[in-house]
Amino acid sequence: MKKIVEIKNITKSFDGEVVLDNINLDIYDNEFITLLGPSGCGKTTLLRIIGGFETPDKGDVIFMGENINGLPPHKRNVNTVFQRYALFPHLNVFENVAFSLREKKVPKAEIQRAVTEMLSLVALKGFEKRAVTSLSGGQQQRVAIARALVNQPKVLLLDEPLSALDLKLRKDMQVELKNIQKATGITFIFVTHDQEEALSMSDTVVVMTEGHIQQIGTPVDIYNEPQNAFVADFIGESNILDGVMLEDYKVRFSGHTFQCLDKDFDVREAVDVVVRPEDVDIVPEEKGHLRGVVTSVTFLGVHYEIIVDIGGFKWMIQTTDFHDVDEHIGLFIEPDAIHVMKKSKFSGMYGDYSSFSDEMDEIGEVDLEELEELEELDTESGSAT
Amino acid sequence: MNNKTRSLVQRMTLTPYSIWAALFIVVPLIFVAYYAFTDSAFRFTFENVSRFFTATSQIDDGETVREVHTYLVIFWRSLKLAVISTFICLVMGYPLAYIMARAKSRTQNILLTLIMIPMWMNFLIRTYAWMTILQDTGILNGFLSALHLGRIHIIGTESAVVIGMVYDYFPYMVLPIYSVMAKLDVKLLEAASDLGCPGISVLRRVIWPLSLPGVLSGVTMVLIPSISTFYISQKLGNGKFFLIGDAIEGQYVANNLHFAAAIAFILMVILLVCMGLMQKLTNRRIIVA
Amino acid sequence: MKRASKIYTALIMIFLFAPIAILLVFSFNRAKSLSVFSGFSLYWYRELFRDSETLRAVRNTLILAVSAALISTVMGTAAAVGINKLRSKVLRTAMDSVTNIPMINPDIITGISLMLMFVFVGRIFGAATSLSFWTMLIAHITFCLPYVILQVLPKLQQMDKALPEAAMDLGCTPFRAFLKAELPEIMPGVVTGMIMAFTLSLDDFVISYFTSGNGFQTLPIRIYNMTKKTVTPKMYALATIIFFVILTLLLISNLYDEETIQKRREAKARKQK
Repeated sequence: MKKIVEIKNITKSFDGEVVLDNINLDIYDNEFITLLGPSGCGKTTLLRIIGGFETPDKGDVIFMGENINGLPPHKRNVNTVFQRYALFPHLNVFENVAFSLREKKVPKAEIQRAVTEMLSLVALKGFEKRAVTSLSGGQQQRVAIARALVNQPKVLLLDEPLSALDLKLRKDMQVELKNIQKATGITFIFVTHDQEEALSMSDTVVVMTEGHIQQIGTPVDIYNEPQNAFVADFIGESNILDGVMLEDYKVRFSGHTFQCLDKDFDVREAVDVVVRPEDVDIVPEEKGHLRGVVTSVTFLGVHYEIIVDIGGFKWMIQTTDFHDVDEHIGLFIEPDAIHVMKKSKFSGMYGDYSSFSDEMDEIGEVDLEELEELEELDTESGSAT
Repeated sequence: MNNKTRSLVQRMTLTPYSIWAALFIVVPLIFVAYYAFTDSAFRFTFENVSRFFTATSQIDDGETVREVHTYLVIFWRSLKLAVISTFICLVMGYPLAYIMARAKSRTQNILLTLIMIPMWMNFLIRTYAWMTILQDTGILNGFLSALHLGRIHIIGTESAVVIGMVYDYFPYMVLPIYSVMAKLDVKLLEAASDLGCPGISVLRRVIWPLSLPGVLSGVTMVLIPSISTFYISQKLGNGKFFLIGDAIEGQYVANNLHFAAAIAFILMVILLVCMGLMQKLTNRRIIVA
Repeated sequence: MKRASKIYTALIMIFLFAPIAILLVFSFNRAKSLSVFSGFSLYWYRELFRDSETLRAVRNTLILAVSAALISTVMGTAAAVGINKLRSKVLRTAMDSVTNIPMINPDIITGISLMLMFVFVGRIFGAATSLSFWTMLIAHITFCLPYVILQVLPKLQQMDKALPEAAMDLGCTPFRAFLKAELPEIMPGVVTGMIMAFTLSLDDFVISYFTSGNGFQTLPIRIYNMTKKTVTPKMYALATIIFFVILTLLLISNLYDEETIQKRREAKARKQK
């Protein structure tokens, strides 16, 4: 596979605060790559550096073998879909899409052809003359994609493009984006804080936090083989426990020694152990590796999510069978359900379900501006009717 | 935007204005201070400033001759008339702003336009119109004598000057208060009455504190021009050095630029202190409220 | 509106418009009296249009106001763009404070301060009088600039910061991006700022008074000179004309506003369907 963008030793800080710390990343041709991380992790800054909107303090951006550090945005063969679309309100749908072609002085007939083709690609045929302000969020999103793709860029940058859409529309757009990427063969660099979105769309996921890349891999790798407690916690649900690697294929945690598939650790090395909630089997108390008491049950439709207290550590377990609060149960864990990780600076910060504060943080991450905008829309529609 | 374009854009957009502002806003103020503290040969002196505080003149009111501090008296009179005018504007304008803010939006627009029309008339003309009204042989007296109410002598008195100031600067009081009040949430008022606040209390405890920023800017916008005006007092008042603005203008006409600068300098310093105090006071009031 | 409110509003309006009404009426007076109306006549209007000095003042005022408005709009808009991009808090505060000075300072001090500088600089170059059309133009631009900046800056802050970036992303140089993406967005602020600058310049007396040369007389200065001596109703005729010009302009701008509001409502209604 051909490297299309190479990020080499990029460092960037704003007002003395380091946002990106010595980032290295290779992006390949025809790849759907996602930069995933909580807000403030530097993912958007990295995207803006590739787009040419920020200059790195140190390091190089190599585009198709050429250093493009000093190249302004309008000279880069890269286009961006902005978070709030950034459509030009004074232009209609057609003119928005035609914007860059007009700038390049492309002949009129050619513009007509290219724009029409793009609009049909994003299923907006017949919307040419509409004002962009009269479109729904999803439609605006499509215009933004068409506007960027009409240039036939080598790379398309997408900055949380789905965050302003409601859940159902977001799911549809995920599929559609993936299809557009396959159809055009353009490299997509996608930024999001939504791990589900990242897993479902990407060829490669880059997990970032605090200005560092934590892990690069396929969605399956990232989920099954997280490299540290942060990744394990950020991607999906995980019980993360302190353990000791006794020898190859043998790890001890929660007062029990388990068989596992991991090796190549030092003897008696302290490790983090990840057990995914769906990989735990509930068995009668006497048959389990571990024993505990159910402290809470939540019905989630497909399964129950139960919290089990095992020696003071709260586990989350997903099960299709109902177990009532205060029930004593046993946990049975297969070797392939156990994933052993090296200790990192994130050890001990995540993975205990004694409170749902982590989840609350996630919910609290809803963009305040976005809420205000929604409210505005509400009042506007209220006054118009 | 990357650093290079940002700095380029900044240089191109900000440089002309920065140079302009430095040359024609900041430097002239330095010149005021420079002239204020130099004599006609541009030697350093306190003469001009001290003259403002010490110069005396004699007032002959027919019976006795009194000696007074010329400029302190003028300054005191300016301050007094400006404060009175501002207060009258506030008392007259506040209810109007309230009425406007609660009217239908079409009515609001009409009233707004009506208030702005006189504002766009040149204040010289507006002031002059009052002169023709208030003259001893003017329309007011013609009206009064037609009703057999006798005549009043008002032109050339402080009252006439106050009328002129109130008339000229009244819109500057109404508009800022109105614009703050128009944004006040009606639900807030409903909430207040819902909490058992009677009408007058709503006004005192909710509307007034919330409208204070508008009141503050209205007061500033009326006080500053009325304390420094020189035309109104010339047309509607009597003396040549009636107000502080007349004093500055008089010295300018007499080509005493250094003393004119000294008076301007003192006025500027006093206004600066006043506005700082007012800002502090209002901030505290808002927090308390 | 309640009855009391209506009466109160009516009283204030009488207070505001009675003097203007009197000017209007007496501009048509046959006699020179300012208190007794002795019959309708257009005599004073004829007199006004024969007064070449006043007509020249009108022309001067327009030249000055148009130049001041144009220059301050261009420079002020550019300045607003630059100020909006300032990242340093200190610089930003400094810029804001300096911009505020001409708005807070009494006109008389702005006028005096500029006059002192012009006179001082003029003396260095040995000029007998340094005050001219150009000093007045500089003064007018100076007091108009803050109002333009104040109108444009909020529009820039409301604008989606990604718009100019999107334009650059789509192949525009930074300057083209400003013209094609940013300017259309902030245009309402720019236009309002220009209109304000124009009317402020048109209306200004105090600052013009201190910075004008002998040869260049604007309308407000002409009015001042006319009211210094005994006044003929000629000035009333002038005031009447000014009044109707202003009234027309305000009505047009109001109609225009209502039209745009109406259009926006329609667009919203369409969106609902």
